[in-house]
Amino acid sequence: MSTSQVISSRRTLGEHGGRILRYTLSERVHHWLGALFYIYCLITGLAFWSPYMYWLAAIVGGGPTARFWHPWFGLAFTVSMVWMYKMWDRDMRITDADRRWSKAMEYYVKNEDEKLPPVGRFNYGQKLFFWLMLYGVILLLISGIGLWFVEGIPWSLRWLRYIAVTVHVIAALATIGGFIIHVYMGTAMVRGGFTSIIRGEVSEDWARTHHRLWYEAVTKDRGPEKYRP
Amino acid sequence: MSQSTLAVRRISGHAGPAPGEDVERSELVCKLIDTTTCIGCKACEVACLEWNGYTFTETVFDNSYQTMPQTAWNYWNLIKFNEHEREDGSITLLMRKDQCMHCADPGCLAACPADGAIVQYTNGIVDFQQQNCIGCGYCVSGCPFDIPKFNPTTKKMFKCTLCVDRVSEGLEPACIKSCPTGCLHFGTKDDMKDLAETRAKQLRENYGIEKAGVYDPAGVDGTGVIYVLHDITNPEAYGGLPKNPHVPWVVRIWKGPAKWIGNLAMLGGILGVTLHYLRYGPKEIDAEKHEGKQP
Repeated sequence: MSTSQVISSRRTLGEHGGRILRYTLSERVHHWLGALFYIYCLITGLAFWSPYMYWLAAIVGGGPTARFWHPWFGLAFTVSMVWMYKMWDRDMRITDADRRWSKAMEYYVKNEDEKLPPVGRFNYGQKLFFWLMLYGVILLLISGIGLWFVEGIPWSLRWLRYIAVTVHVIAALATIGGFIIHVYMGTAMVRGGFTSIIRGEVSEDWARTHHRLWYEAVTKDRGPEKYRP
Repeated sequence: MSQSTLAVRRISGHAGPAPGEDVERSELVCKLIDTTTCIGCKACEVACLEWNGYTFTETVFDNSYQTMPQTAWNYWNLIKFNEHEREDGSITLLMRKDQCMHCADPGCLAACPADGAIVQYTNGIVDFQQQNCIGCGYCVSGCPFDIPKFNPTTKKMFKCTLCVDRVSEGLEPACIKSCPTGCLHFGTKDDMKDLAETRAKQLRENYGIEKAGVYDPAGVDGTGVIYVLHDITNPEAYGGLPKNPHVPWVVRIWKGPAKWIGNLAMLGGILGVTLHYLRYGPKEIDAEKHEGKQP
């Protein structure tokens, strides 16, 4: 975490200054581990969800293999979410700036960003996605254990089996909704976002436009302890 | 195997209709268990093990004659012994042969996500196809009778097949063949229903067992295994035989409307972000725009 925040221009940057470290290597690695585990669970889960998507099991080794690994990858995703929680808990708390931003979210959707109030390292939408995945994975874990060891739930408590199915389906669909928006925004919508989670850097213009409070905090005093706004 | 020549009526986890659906008709087969003449000898338990190639496993003693608390993946046929107090205070032992009921509307099949892991033949037998089973255990949640059991070694589900390999060769199931009192019968559903009703009528009229009746629950559209009970109003007394079994409504919604609502929502999400991109496009950093705002 002690990497200098503003990286002297190693490449051609135009007249708008240097690049800023947005995600440390550790943050990038954990993001992509989480992505790997989630996508595996997504592919196998969709295969179990609908006969019309059962063919998805074939691309991850067939039905029994998919069934064997799905809960283990689910556990791995839980660990990775806990890790991300420890890493980003402070950054992800909803602040007053977020509440102001959330009221103007309509402008964000319409790409009229100049009408938005400034926000910190993450905006309200990113924070919502983070908490959705965190609470989602907690529900998926608890209900998933019920589905994993379904015979361990005695016949007299079989209503727990039905609740496990219901909770698992609802939580999975909710995270899928968030996942679709997350992937769309990270790749197609917010230009520069995808490279930032690959190589960790954003341009100063990018930082100023999307996360002004964070930009101001990291550029005001370029010392490492001021990394977080 | 010879049962592969049997036509399939329903198939689990299958996209589209079952292959061969409605191309062939056959009589429904049925097992009749007359609990009023069962003596609890467990010959059917042994015959089941022998025919299906399982060896006798460890039993669990629970202060009763019962071999173990529930059926197991390698023990498909279990007589349930229940002490029952009659209205006059005397004690009787209710004995019921417990196994897969071969529901006309099978909850295991409805819940199963694996293509072809559970099939229902046109003769009504519900059979697990272990080569297609993925061991997820959804059938455990779907079954209203607590029948499917998991083999932790092979990670496949097992249950009574109604000796489909014998039936498809014109033989009766192994349990039927072994019964010394003749309390087990096998034939077409219509014949067994007739026989059962005749027996129940006999019990009511000639033996004064007024509540005698036939257990063929309508909640699962009838079963391929039917019982004659001394007291049709209290099937729970026979080791927890449910009074009105039906496929759990959670399973019905999960495999019915929830699937389509969920699929439409996912499709809607993908469509939504695509439309957003077409309408508003990407967020690009226009450096000029921020020229005046630099600190």
